[in-house]
Parts: sequence; structure tokens; C-alpha cells
Amino acid sequence: MFSEEKTATRDSYGKALVALAEKYNFVVLDADLAAATKTGVFKKAYPDRFFDCGIAEGNMMSIAAGIATTGQLVFASSFAMFAAGRAFEQVRNSIGYPHLNVKIGATHAGVTVGEDGATHQCNEDIALMRTIPGMTVINPADDVSAQAAVEAALKINGPVYLRFGRAPVPVLYDRKNYKFEIGKGYVLADGKDITIVATGITVFMSLQAREMLKADGIDAAVIDMPTIKPIDSKIITEYAKKTGKIITAEEHSIIGGLGSAVCEVVAENYPVPVKRVGVNDTFGTSGKAFEVAEQYGISANNIYEQAKILIKQNT
Amino acid sequence: MEDLQKKKLMKTAANIRLGIIEAVYNAASGHPGGSLSIADIMAYLYFEEINIDPENPKAESRDRFVLSKGHTSPALYATLAERGYFPKEDLKTFRKLGSYLQGHPDMKGIPGVDMSSGSLGLGISAACGMALSAKINQKDYRVYTVLGDGESEEGQVWEAAMFAAHYKLDNLCAILDFNGLQIDGPIADVIGPAPFDKKFEAFGWNTVTIDAHNFDDIEKAFASAKACKGKPTVIIAKSIKGKGVSYMENKCEWHGAAPKKEQYEIAVKELTEAYNAI
Repeated sequence: MFSEEKTATRDSYGKALVALAEKYNFVVLDADLAAATKTGVFKKAYPDRFFDCGIAEGNMMSIAAGIATTGQLVFASSFAMFAAGRAFEQVRNSIGYPHLNVKIGATHAGVTVGEDGATHQCNEDIALMRTIPGMTVINPADDVSAQAAVEAALKINGPVYLRFGRAPVPVLYDRKNYKFEIGKGYVLADGKDITIVATGITVFMSLQAREMLKADGIDAAVIDMPTIKPIDSKIITEYAKKTGKIITAEEHSIIGGLGSAVCEVVAENYPVPVKRVGVNDTFGTSGKAFEVAEQYGISANNIYEQAKILIKQNT
Repeated sequence: MEDLQKKKLMKTAANIRLGIIEAVYNAASGHPGGSLSIADIMAYLYFEEINIDPENPKAESRDRFVLSKGHTSPALYATLAERGYFPKEDLKTFRKLGSYLQGHPDMKGIPGVDMSSGSLGLGISAACGMALSAKINQKDYRVYTVLGDGESEEGQVWEAAMFAAHYKLDNLCAILDFNGLQIDGPIADVIGPAPFDKKFEAFGWNTVTIDAHNFDDIEKAFASAKACKGKPTVIIAKSIKGKGVSYMENKCEWHGAAPKKEQYEIAVKELTEAYNAI
């Protein structure tokens, strides 16, 4: 189904920064988490272009905004909890309101932060970031798309929130032929009975769930939706019409994230039943990354089960 | 400072004060107190200190200015109008639906505004970013930012202060408008953010304390900032909130209230008389 190769998308972020450093003249800010966000890899290669802001994420976001006003390309990095959570107001007012060209690299999103527990498991960042006018929100599924997303973010003029994970996930895309387009959903597998729209680490789980459904004679389509905003409403509407039922899957609260975004699209364009798989209005907990994910229903098993329930309810 | 130069600056400041009153009165909304307290500083900045060209407001080599205490936008707008960035007549549209003169500075729509601001504590960080970018790109422009004394209660001000000293941003000059009053009362009663000089010194800054309404002081302070290498400078400018309008002076109720018609007429009369007396 997909290769054995696994990479955490935070590693992809660090690698991409180094790989793109000669092509694009950007600087990188971090708030004392360079070793974890993997901007440390960039720091090592380009020490003159890396600036630690210390543990002061709000300050970092406003500094990034100031840098951007001068035309200098800039990344600002921290954990999702602090980039989108603590610094929300700075991201909104310093970066979003003037629509400045700041790229926010937010790692350690979702419950697969694992052992650190609820305080560090941000399940609200997509919801927060997508309410900021003009903010592009991207949550890539694997190493290939994550690296490509970093370059795609550099190519557009405006704020971008890039969401990366801590836990290694399978590589899904072919390195040679992959092309990332902001705002595009990728049909990884076609199907006619139900559509699974997933983002981030739930994409590989959705492909696994598809195989389980296939064994039950259910033909499920799987769409990878790396861009949550602007969302690919065309493909969602097309598959709402084609399959009549949608499961959404995300490592995020079911409130305000991908599930909500998909519901907004189908409600306004082509209403069909939707079931949202994600963190169900609760906080996380400590444990190993995928054990925690499983407990919160972020798993191939749960996507499979919810798909079965949705089909049963609507046939 | 030469007498002629000083008189010119005093007249400019008086015009800025008239512009502030005009804007706030017509909007029936806004923040006159803290705008009037920085009028002399703004006059000096835009007519003596800052390297700018109103004909080319986005010039890459220009000095930058961030009004970190963004609620005193009437002072910035009146100054920009006085300097020729846009017609003075437009000040009457301040805070009105459809006007580009937003309640708080908006860099997207207002010529001469280098950074959107208004949420306190954010502007000084943005100024740090501009100053750092100048260092990264070996540009010699300078960055100025005006802070409120009440604004210094925001923790982010001190995060920015730490950052500026750590990266030796000697191309950054902050002016702290020490008028002693905030919305809820005297700053000393609200939470007591002073002493500013010792705090900034402890954070690694060059500090200069001046009378915000004395142009000799202002001139010397900016010269000291330029001469200081390896550290950012903060000018602690002791000011009178509401300066120039008798009934507004040192009254915290004029922090965010607009004058009524009669009060407006008194303010205009006083400021015009002051102008004529220079």
C-alpha cells in the first residue's frame, strides 16, 4: 500500500529549510525549540541566518512580522501549541491583519506529541489559524508532501501556517513525480461507496481503513487534503455527489478543523451525511504517540468503524 | 538648538496638536490625551530626525517608524498629514466608515505607516524585526518606535527589550511616552510599571531621560541614541498627557474621549493662540 520508509514531518521541515536555503533567501526564527522543531538542522548549516528569540513566542511572531515588512523572507517556528495557541493574537494582529509574508512552521501538532501530554498536544491550531483572514493553512501527510509544501509556501506572498508532526509516518508519495499545489486535494484512491477526506497523519490510516473496507466489499475513495485553507471545495463537492457519504479524519479537534471545513463545503454545495473522526472535544493525555492516537479514535480501526456506521445509517 | 529651528518645530507641533483635535472631534471618538503628549516628539522625528520621503513612502532605504502605542494614531496621522503624506482635510474622516484612516494604524491603507499596530506590546517587537533585518541585510536605516508607559505593563515589551539588547540593535530607538496616566488611573496606582530607566538599563539598553516638551532635550536624546553603539536606546520622555489643551492636561479621563463642540472650540482657540504666540 505504501513504503516501509517512515519520517516525521518535523524532520521534513528541517530538511526542506536546508534544501531550499540556496534557492530562497530566508531567515529562520525559533523560540528555544530548534532541536525539536528541527530548525536546528538549518541553524547548523546556516548559523548566520538563524535567530533564536528565546522562550517568547508572541514576541517572535511580531518580530517575524517586522522582518517581513522589509521584504526579507522569514520562517518562525515553535510547537503548534505555542505558535498558534500562545501567539494567536500576535499571529492575527502582527502577521494576519497586515497580510505579511511570514511562514509559520509549527511542529508537534496533535496528540502524537505523545508523552508530554495534554499541555503540549495542540488539537486546536487548525481551527484557530483558519479563522484568520488571508491565512493559508497546510497540514501535510508525509515527508514528500511536507518538503514540497515548504517550497510552495515560499512561492506565495502572504502568511502560511505549516503544520508538522513529531511522530514518524509512512512515506506516501513518489519523490520524483510529486507536485504540491496549495488548495488542491489529492485523490489517492478512487471509490464509489464512501469518501474519506483526511489530512496529516490520518492519511496513511485512511488508506489502511480503505483496505479494511474493501475486505467488507465497500469501495472507499481516499482524498488527502493537505491544504485546509483555502480548501478544495471542488473535489469535496465532486466526491459528495459521487459517493454520497463522507468521513473526515484528522489529528485535531473535530470542532473547527478539517471536519468542520468539509461540513461547511457540503452543507453549502451538496449536503450529504458526514462523520468526523478526530479528537472529540477533550484534552489529550500522556502515552506513546500512536497509543494515545488510538485512544482518541485517531486510527485506521476507528476510521473503518465510523465508515461502517455511516454506511449502515444511510442505506 | 537655534531659536529659529526651535520656533519652527514648535509651530509644527502646534499644527499637529490642531490636527489631533480635528481628527478626534470629527470622529467623536479616539484618544487625544496620549496623542497630545507625543506631539513634540512626533514633530521632531518627522521634521528633523527620520530619513523619509513623503513622495516615496516605501523607499527601501528609509528609516522606519512604528507607533507601538497605536491608539494614539491621531498624533501619527496629523504628523503624516503635516509632512505631506496625505491631505490634512482627510483627518476629518478619521475612524469613519470608508476612510483609510483607521482607528489604529493600518500599514496596508495609509501612506507612511510602516507597521499596523494598536494591540499593545506588539509594535516594539515588530520594530525589533525591522532593525534585525537591517543588520542582516547590511542596511543603514534606523528604526524608531513610540511606546506608552502603560503599554510597558505588557510582558511582550520586555521580551522585545531582551531581544533588542541580545542582538545589539543599536539601530533601534524606542521613545517611551511617560505621561503617568492610563485608562484606569495613574500608572503608579494601576500596577506601577516604573522605574523605566532602571528596568531598561537592566535589560541592556542605553537610556536617556528627557522632558518630552523641550526640543533641546529631544535633540540631544536622539543624538545620544545615534552615537550609542552596540545597544538599543530608549528615550524616557516625561510628558504631560493632554499637553496643549488646558482642560485635558494631566486628566486620565481624556485618554479615550472626544471633545464636544464647545470643548473643541476651546481647544482650537488655545492651540491657535499658542501657535500665534510662537
